[in-house]
Amino acid sequence: MAILETQELTYTYSVGTPFEKTAVDHVSLKIEEGEMIGVMGHTGSGKSTLIQHFNGLLRPTSGKVLLDGKDIWENKEKIRDVRFRVGLVFQYPEYQIFEETVYRDIAFGPKNMGLDEAEIKRRVYETAHDIGLSEELLERSPFELSGGQKRRVAIAGVMAMEPRVLILDEPTAGLDPAGRDKILDHIRHYHERTKNTILIVSHSMEDIASFADKILVMSRAKLFCYDETVKVFARADEISQIGLDVPQITKVFGELRRRGLDFGKEVFTVGYARDLLLRQLAEREVR
Amino acid sequence: MENIIEIKGLHFAYDADDGEKKPVEVLRGIDLDIKKGEFVAVLGHNGCGKSTLAKHLNAILLPTEGTVTVDGIDTKDEDRLFELRQRAGMVFQNPDNQIVSSIVEEDVAFALENLGVPYEEMRRRVDESLKAVGMYDYRLHSPSQLSGGQKQRVAIAGIIAMQPKCIILDEPTAMLDPQGRKEVLATIHRMNREQGITIVLITHYMDEAADCDRVVVMDKGRIVLDNVPEKVFSQVEKLKAIGLDVPQVTELAWELRRAGCDISHEIISEEECVAAIERLFGG
Amino acid sequence: MLRDITIGQYFPGDSIIHRLDPRFKIVMTILYIVMLFTGDNYICLGVGAVYTFGAILLSRIPLKMFLRSVKPLLPFLIITAAINLMFMNSGDVLWQWKFIKITDGGLNTSVFMVIRIVLLIMGSSLLTYTTSPITLTDAIERLLSPLRKIKFPVHELAMMMSIALRFIPTLIEETDKIMSAQKARGAEIDTGSFTTRAKNLISILVPLFISAFRRADELATAMECRCYHGGEGRTRLRQLRSAPRDYTALAVTVLFLAAVIVLGRLF
Repeated sequence: MAILETQELTYTYSVGTPFEKTAVDHVSLKIEEGEMIGVMGHTGSGKSTLIQHFNGLLRPTSGKVLLDGKDIWENKEKIRDVRFRVGLVFQYPEYQIFEETVYRDIAFGPKNMGLDEAEIKRRVYETAHDIGLSEELLERSPFELSGGQKRRVAIAGVMAMEPRVLILDEPTAGLDPAGRDKILDHIRHYHERTKNTILIVSHSMEDIASFADKILVMSRAKLFCYDETVKVFARADEISQIGLDVPQITKVFGELRRRGLDFGKEVFTVGYARDLLLRQLAEREVR
Repeated sequence: MENIIEIKGLHFAYDADDGEKKPVEVLRGIDLDIKKGEFVAVLGHNGCGKSTLAKHLNAILLPTEGTVTVDGIDTKDEDRLFELRQRAGMVFQNPDNQIVSSIVEEDVAFALENLGVPYEEMRRRVDESLKAVGMYDYRLHSPSQLSGGQKQRVAIAGIIAMQPKCIILDEPTAMLDPQGRKEVLATIHRMNREQGITIVLITHYMDEAADCDRVVVMDKGRIVLDNVPEKVFSQVEKLKAIGLDVPQVTELAWELRRAGCDISHEIISEEECVAAIERLFGG
Repeated sequence: MLRDITIGQYFPGDSIIHRLDPRFKIVMTILYIVMLFTGDNYICLGVGAVYTFGAILLSRIPLKMFLRSVKPLLPFLIITAAINLMFMNSGDVLWQWKFIKITDGGLNTSVFMVIRIVLLIMGSSLLTYTTSPITLTDAIERLLSPLRKIKFPVHELAMMMSIALRFIPTLIEETDKIMSAQKARGAEIDTGSFTTRAKNLISILVPLFISAFRRADELATAMECRCYHGGEGRTRLRQLRSAPRDYTALAVTVLFLAAVIVLGRLF
């Protein structure tokens, strides 16, 4: 069964004013448990509005959001529980840090869940380890840390609630390549350990190509496509047309195909491209 | 060609406020000359000192040791401070935190108001600058109605209105989406081409650096590479060692070369890569 | 949502009232207030009402917007009326209960006061409805500029006002974002008991303050880079030019004021 499902989900801002705007328009999709999903779409495509429905921060104008097959808005009082089961990390999450120590900031979510001290401690240590924060950092003030470390503290704060679905909105925005790789690596390890469902919003197709099993693309408030990574990249031309960037390497192989050099495969990572080309070259020499 | 920026033996350190009073060295001996009309990218990971270097170019920071001269003005010359800042304008990372006014055209006029430029001329320069960045139609809008890329273009217009000889941009695209990045890059390339303004672009995006005349790579407060993009990016191992990327096409060429293929290691664009692969397959 | 709040209540338009020089509008508003408070009979108030509704008509802003401006002050109006009703004891007693006496004089005064205050609110709303906050700041700066001679920081105050206006939307958006982020971590902000809510407020205020200080710091650097050095020797892009219509409007206002003064003496 799908862990998260939307049925004809629609959200309209400022209903009845001149600023009325439909941000999400009849979106139906099913997210299976344990998948790692890349979410794409340019600014204003509705992707941010969509993900804020997954943990009940926004309430659909019409349509439904189902978590484990149950409508999350069935019982309005229980909506806070949904937020513990579907964790959402916003863009530039380091700006939400407020506690005096790293430990206490990571513990904020678990504490709101009403867990006991021992359990909170276990979770803080475990997530700090997952995200690559050493133990001696836990008693430091989060405001003394580097930008990349702060970001990891903020992500840990949501991970520590041990949500079954973890959604991250552009977790690498503004970081340098080393900081970006570090965060993506840690998220990948967390995924391997917990087998939880993860959704990552990113503008970088290169990044998405490196981790995603499936890709969800939003365009003009509608679901443009939601499919396996290979199948989505097979539609590279259409994706460029809606104003999104495909990885440089995919563009190169697209151009090669147009020029009559078709390798018959969708290429979206450098490692894959190298292996493919070397194999083809070797075959040629044998012939 | 004449140099517009001359940096000699620049060191910069500040006192850490953790009680020990041990100075923290950020820049450790920088020598750099930039020619008039050049488009230079300064690359480096966070904390390598590139933003600190940028702040020395218009006297927001002053050298602990060494000299910085911009268009013949020593940045330590307090009497010529406004003249200096007028010639070397600066655009920052966060588009929201550098727009002063609630009306676009008034923000563009801000520097001119400070400099006491008479009304008629101010009006003309504001309109010209807004047209140059393609934001003239938005002149009466509030900045809060604009996208990130549009806000950065307004910030650039505010600098251009001063008629500077040089613009320093400190990670101007780091907070923008791909669309906004394209707008801003196209704008600064046009300023460089059409108005001959010298550009110093500080960034950690490799693809932005690939389109420049020259790439300066910094690490730990020093310059480690300084050359045309092809030559800089061919040093794939060195760049990776200091935590930087290379464009995907450069990396592919490098990987293929390492596996024994006969392919140039100076590939930085998609076209070059396509042509090189075709050549490999006897096309 | 927080974003929907409008600050300043400005209704863009190009009516004659909108186009008046803001400096004149401020002066006329002051004269208007004087007009309402010098006249102490219904005839004077009637003249004031004619002036108010005439101006509202010219502004082409629906009357209901002005009535809406009175709404938040309704409790204040009721209290004023009640106090006048109970404690102004003059004329015939209309109704009495224990020590509370209502007289026709008291009734008269409270009705008069209510009308006066309603007119006052509606008339001064006209200023903010037809003038954008930034123009208003600008006009105040210029009207107060003679005070610079006695070292009153006119320019600095105006600059602070206009930067505040510039950053209100930014900070509202930011508050919205931080609130959502903390809610996502289970903070109870619009639900829960009073104490948990108060505690959770800290989780919003701390990040908001830190961010505001960071913004202020960056903005200060950006302003320095653009050669900001206080108000001295500054020129302005926004030119305030008075036109004949401004003088006409001022003359009309002065006439109304004179009429109120004369009528106040006569009756």
